[in-house]
Amino acid sequence: MLPLLGSLLQNLVLGVQKGAVYALIAVGYTMVYGVLRLINFAHGDVYMVGAYVGLRLSARMGASISGSVPGFALIFALTLLICGLLGVLIERLAYRPLRTAPRITALITAIGVSLLLESLAMLIWGTSPQFFPTLFPLAPVRALGLDLNPKYLLILFASVLLMAVLWYVVTRTRLGKAMRAVSYDREAASLMGINTNLVISFTFALGSMLAGAAGLLVSALTNVKIEPLVGVMPGLKAFVAAVLGGIGSIPGAVVGGLVMGIAETYVIAFGGSTWQDAIAFVLLILILIFRPAGIMGRATVEKV
Amino acid sequence: MKKLLACLAIGAAALVLPGCPAGPGGGGGAGGSSSSGTILVGYYGDLTGDTATFGQSTKDGIDLAVAEINQDPPLGRKLEIRTEDDQGKSEQAVSVVTKLITQDRVVAVLGEVASSNSMAAATVCQREKVPMITPASTNPAVTETGDHIFRICFIDPFQGSVMAKFALNTLKAKRAAILSDVKSDYSKGLSQFFKETFTQNGGQIVAEPSYSKGDSDFNAQLNAIKAANPEVIFIPGYYTEVGTIARQARDQGIKVPLIGGDGWDSPKLFEGAGTALEGCYFSNHYSTENKDPRVQQFVTAYKAKFSGREPDAMAALGYDVARIFADAVKRAGDTDPARLRDAIAGTKDFAGVTGTITLDEKRNATKPAVVLEVKGKAFKFVETVQP
Repeated sequence: MLPLLGSLLQNLVLGVQKGAVYALIAVGYTMVYGVLRLINFAHGDVYMVGAYVGLRLSARMGASISGSVPGFALIFALTLLICGLLGVLIERLAYRPLRTAPRITALITAIGVSLLLESLAMLIWGTSPQFFPTLFPLAPVRALGLDLNPKYLLILFASVLLMAVLWYVVTRTRLGKAMRAVSYDREAASLMGINTNLVISFTFALGSMLAGAAGLLVSALTNVKIEPLVGVMPGLKAFVAAVLGGIGSIPGAVVGGLVMGIAETYVIAFGGSTWQDAIAFVLLILILIFRPAGIMGRATVEKV
Repeated sequence: MKKLLACLAIGAAALVLPGCPAGPGGGGGAGGSSSSGTILVGYYGDLTGDTATFGQSTKDGIDLAVAEINQDPPLGRKLEIRTEDDQGKSEQAVSVVTKLITQDRVVAVLGEVASSNSMAAATVCQREKVPMITPASTNPAVTETGDHIFRICFIDPFQGSVMAKFALNTLKAKRAAILSDVKSDYSKGLSQFFKETFTQNGGQIVAEPSYSKGDSDFNAQLNAIKAANPEVIFIPGYYTEVGTIARQARDQGIKVPLIGGDGWDSPKLFEGAGTALEGCYFSNHYSTENKDPRVQQFVTAYKAKFSGREPDAMAALGYDVARIFADAVKRAGDTDPARLRDAIAGTKDFAGVTGTITLDEKRNATKPAVVLEVKGKAFKFVETVQP
């Protein structure tokens, strides 16, 4: 009984770590949907760009600098900046011209942007998997009867910190208030004197920064392989997480991400790793059948 | 009027295009080229995917061999290799091999390394009656596809027993865990054979989780293994996943030795693993430390051609497979497919870099294996195991 409980707890910790990463990406999906009613399918690929940019920067600076706290902080900041700019660029070039077009057009364009990013990555960085060198040699610690890996805790901590910053921006700043206004009713917001273009660009920048941060953190701290399609699965699962929590709701995205991470970890532990991707889509189907608005979403009535 | 013209144009095109010749030598079967041109041989492998070093190393070995062979070509006809990339996917392997046979009209096909891809392509080669020789696929089912499919390496029932006995006798381990790749026939087969030998000789398998090729998070499986407390962990996978598994295992505090098979053999193993595999062992086809003059000659020639790089087992097997093919052509007397097949089947006591190669009635080779230890960024020879 006790080993089972211990194993459940251990997996819960793993699940929360994984879920935090999904939450970071899901928040970006949900924010963009909020302001534009668009599912930005290219979002998962910003995760991939974050990983590659971080890798190249770290290679440029050398292992010793990258392994130091200020060095890594610099890489982190630069990666976030670049990914934010990428987000703004994508919005400006691919989505703004389609602001008045039917929604399906923008959706298909998003898929196109995703393929473009993946192909560019293949061209620029090659298709063979690449890895970060070990930056921080941290040994696992044992606490509360559980084995805790400081690197994963670091990812969890960084994710929580980023989401806290996001929450502050969205609820306590004027730009955040403008974002919420635009997602509520874009026309009314512009009538109130809000520069909707600026707000939308800002939203994209924020979301892309978080996705890029997720990519960098996971690749740098857990040394998983980086290849041009590495963002596809996390992007897809984060999308499911956003829908699960209620698309358009930021707290919903966080909750959705955590649910996804925990469900996936338990499935791997007790069902076998072949089902780990399947569980994401099973959850999607279930939520769409039983509660399409998501856990924290509101059912909206469309007036025809 | 416009519509009529359009229909006529399409009709004309439809009549003309299928008639275009598919390539040289339009005669039936895999005629290769005309009887006095180059001998076309197909090579397929993973050149850009997850196991890219396998495909590239094998190709390098084949290229080195062909350069040497063409100095004194068999039957006076030079060998020409047509290369195709299957990106490590078995569906792709099927389509590129089909292209090699039907469009390039090769007389034989060399490849692949990964057993899943070899098995997929073998059905095509057997159906078209084109001989296929795999240099490094170790799953026994590959040659069972048919009498046109050959291999020049050992098979997994032997390889599995090598590491099982090493774990029991040298590492003195009685409890083992196995972490295998469900998407790879090589991994599934090898873990099965390891388990058989290990349990038959008094060992116990305490945990057997699995992952899928392409995964990058193995923490849940490693958690389960850790809870079962094994003395050794057998990881019969390919180097990209093995590297990350090792690193995540060490990060979780798992300190026991990790052992594996020839899928580990790649210079890129260390990119994913870092120092996590220090002191771990795996079975392989050959070692560069082998003092045999044949091996040393090959290593020197390879280093000279490829700017100082050391040849790994895939390169050595690629070198051998090309030379065995040339030898078979010489013995067959021409490139007639049936004669070629019989000549390959009759390969006996061929002096290869990876050992003396004789193909048995199941078209497999019986060869010794070596056990290598990971030290720093190199693989050090530990022992040879005879079949």
